[in-house]
Amino acid sequence: MFQVRIHGRGGQGVVTAAELLSVAAFREGRNAQAFPSFGSERTGAPVVAFCRISNKEIRLREPVLEPDCLIVLDATLFRAVDVFQGLKPDGWLLINTNKPLAELHIDPVVQRLPKGHTVIVPATELALKHVKRPVPNAALLGAFAALGGQVHIDAVEAAIREAFAGPVGEANVAAAREAYDAALEQEKILTA
Amino acid sequence: MEKDNPMTSETTPGDGVQKLHFYQKGTFTVGNRLVSSDERSVQSSIDRSNALTCGHRACQGCGEALGARYAIDTAMEAAGGNLIAVNATGCLEVFTTPYPESAWQLPWLHSLFGNAAAVATGVAAAMRVKGRREVRVVAQGGDGGTTDIGLQCLSGMFERNDDVLYICYDNEGYMNTGVQRSSATPPAARTATTPVLGDEPGNVFGTGKSVPKIAVAHEIPYVATATVADLRDLEAKVKKAMSIHGARYIQIDVPCPLGWGAASHETIHLARLAVETGFYPIFEAEHGRVTSVRKIRHQVPVTEYLKLQKRFAHLFKGDKVDPRVARLQARCDANIAEYGLLDAA
Amino acid sequence: MLKQIEGSRAMAEAIALCRPEIICAYPITPQTHIVEGVGALVRDGTLQNCEFINVESEFAALSVAIGASAAGARAYTATASQGLLFMAEAVYNASGLGLPIVMTLGNRAIGAPINIWNDHSEAMSMRDAGWMQLFAETNQEAVDLHIQAFKLAEEMSMPVMVCVDGFILTHAVERVDIPQQEDVDTYLPPYEPVQVLDPADPISIGAMVGPEAFTEVRFLQHYKQQQALSLIPVLADEFEDLFGRRSGGLLRTYKTEDAELIVVAMGSVCGTIKDTIDELREEGFLIGLVTLISYRPFPVDQLRDALAEAEHIVVVEKSVSVGMGGPLANDIDLALRNMAHPPRLHSAVAGLGGRPITKNSLADLFRQSLVQPWEGTHFLDLNERIVARNIHRSRKVRRSGPIAENLIRQMATEN
Repeated sequence: MFQVRIHGRGGQGVVTAAELLSVAAFREGRNAQAFPSFGSERTGAPVVAFCRISNKEIRLREPVLEPDCLIVLDATLFRAVDVFQGLKPDGWLLINTNKPLAELHIDPVVQRLPKGHTVIVPATELALKHVKRPVPNAALLGAFAALGGQVHIDAVEAAIREAFAGPVGEANVAAAREAYDAALEQEKILTA
Repeated sequence: MEKDNPMTSETTPGDGVQKLHFYQKGTFTVGNRLVSSDERSVQSSIDRSNALTCGHRACQGCGEALGARYAIDTAMEAAGGNLIAVNATGCLEVFTTPYPESAWQLPWLHSLFGNAAAVATGVAAAMRVKGRREVRVVAQGGDGGTTDIGLQCLSGMFERNDDVLYICYDNEGYMNTGVQRSSATPPAARTATTPVLGDEPGNVFGTGKSVPKIAVAHEIPYVATATVADLRDLEAKVKKAMSIHGARYIQIDVPCPLGWGAASHETIHLARLAVETGFYPIFEAEHGRVTSVRKIRHQVPVTEYLKLQKRFAHLFKGDKVDPRVARLQARCDANIAEYGLLDAA
Repeated sequence: MLKQIEGSRAMAEAIALCRPEIICAYPITPQTHIVEGVGALVRDGTLQNCEFINVESEFAALSVAIGASAAGARAYTATASQGLLFMAEAVYNASGLGLPIVMTLGNRAIGAPINIWNDHSEAMSMRDAGWMQLFAETNQEAVDLHIQAFKLAEEMSMPVMVCVDGFILTHAVERVDIPQQEDVDTYLPPYEPVQVLDPADPISIGAMVGPEAFTEVRFLQHYKQQQALSLIPVLADEFEDLFGRRSGGLLRTYKTEDAELIVVAMGSVCGTIKDTIDELREEGFLIGLVTLISYRPFPVDQLRDALAEAEHIVVVEKSVSVGMGGPLANDIDLALRNMAHPPRLHSAVAGLGGRPITKNSLADLFRQSLVQPWEGTHFLDLNERIVARNIHRSRKVRRSGPIAENLIRQMATEN
């Protein structure tokens, strides 16, 4: 079972990201379970959502305590919440930022992870470019498809189109595709 | 006329024998035999439904039983017999359905004290989805079940404009539980929870509410007040209400001999005095505006109304006139002024 | 049709398939998505011949359902937590009148302190109200139980609550097989009330009943629920025949055949417990699970059969009867009553107000029940330090006031 924890702020589409990820996995014939952190959070407050992907029926109902992958939609959260709690030693870290990794001051965490397991994507910029709104979730899912091979980018794109019809869906797909390419490129460089 | 003639109104009353009246003095009531058949009251018709039939357990002189019989028979006639009644908990519910009997000759449902309006909404909605649009729905309750515990459901039914006629039988207190104060109890009235004790005996001035006004504020299609002293008017208002779809509200002044401390034969008289003093303004409103009022010919001083009721007896103890009588008179005068009940002489 | 769908939306689709005629809605988290979902299906014409009524309170919601049901319409509503308490008077009324209303509970804690998260307190508060109460383990079961619930309610002329863990199920997006309309129509015939408000045949419903017959009325209600113990498994069998999967029934066992310890629980936590059991069995711990689906009627005989061979029973429940302990444990005790050699019963309260119930904590609990059994009620993952400090302090200073605020003040002063 592959477990993902998504951190962001209310309004960034954190819950939708978990849901879309589960739909993408479902489309590939896998079992998936997505759920929010069940808060009464308002816009701007820290929000967490979870997604489990498995080849078997998922019965577990506890929150994701030891994620295989962390997706962080807002890098300012590192100062506000213990984002890295329980992250597996061989886990993945996917961060939305337009800054270089060094400026995030999370080197101890990055160094613990295998090479190439930390990926940064300017997802908000990509969202603004394609969707014209600062909603980074679709772009990050595109980047997620580049990591670890849990879901194929085609399934992510299909899930996005299923959730957002018409031009909005296509714009999000474009953002996801660009983030996917960027993440693949980055991985190549980091693991080279 | 000869004194021993039983057909005259001058018969000397013996102990416990009521004085007989063959016409109602001081009213504008006209006997059925004097009007054409289409103007006759529902109650005079041999075809009336007797929806609330005899044998129920109401007290002697019960204004509510009288009001309910006229109102529901009229609604039954207007609906061609296709009527369902929902009843709030209260006297009317208790005295009409002592287990295992029922005095109701129409489909009747009692659920709770405070939800008659909502239950009626459900019945009306069911009739719509069942395609039985000819079936109409009335909800009924006392003032406690309407103005206090049932107000939230009532307001919801009003604002959704649900197709329900809600009838409130207002006897100004919780009579079923032993005469406690409700938000319809008038100032100064003695009840079990506003006893004649302390600096301000009886119910407190400046409290209570007018649910007819609240109903008007919802801008529902039809609101009316009525009284058991003018049963023709009551029938006319129920008939009118039944000609309209949407939320409708009729509040009927129904004197309670037990709760008011009045002789059982004074029920109609008290209801009439409540109108003639300006104590209980009678009006109709449609879509948020008052459209008609029942004028007063000669204003009767409020003391005449109060003195017949033991709930106000404490106002008349001792030699001095209780200043609160003047406040009650002022209340009547304010009603008269507000609704324009009295034409300038 | 297989869908990756939010639990609430899946339930909404299932409820619409049951062709309710009146739906009453009042918003309360975490139930709201369900009625929003059905409401949308009414608006867009998917669900025909149905009125969706926005009411002003939960009390009105169930009251409208009462009126509609008494007038012969299939009525549905949903609520949670405070909402259920606010409609409490009508909850008893609906069952007393024998009205087959179906209501979803998106199970949530009761305040104060106000808490929007999941536990079973509200369902437990109405366990004596004469409704049948079915608990769903997964969203698939939640979907299936609604379809069974309408049939059960209408065959017994008695209302049914379908209890679904708030957020954990209602807000979880997972794989659910949504049945086909024609199959649901085959399974669930139109509502034919035994007694109905009809001008053609006027009857009085809801009259007062005095001491001469009240006991008999209550007895018959109880008798009817006992009869439902036979019907519920039949409905689950019929469901399985038609839809090809097992859902519902009175209870479900998991690896109990050889178990020395059997866990009893209700709702979504059973999934986590199963994963825990699988891991513990790898250590050689002979442990199993009884998932109780029908809490009311309470299947005493079936529980006895399922539990008799175990040495230990651990009841894990998401509610507490303050001053007594775990109400489900108390009820399980009833099933073990008068047995010659009853298993030892351990009561644990867990997941109150949404506290996550983790595999790790459960595994510790189950191990502890064998090696270090406790008396009374164990509160899983209790912050003993803060509780002890509070008790200690209140011994010194008798301070009245809300417990939560005192606790928060202490937690703040600690840091």
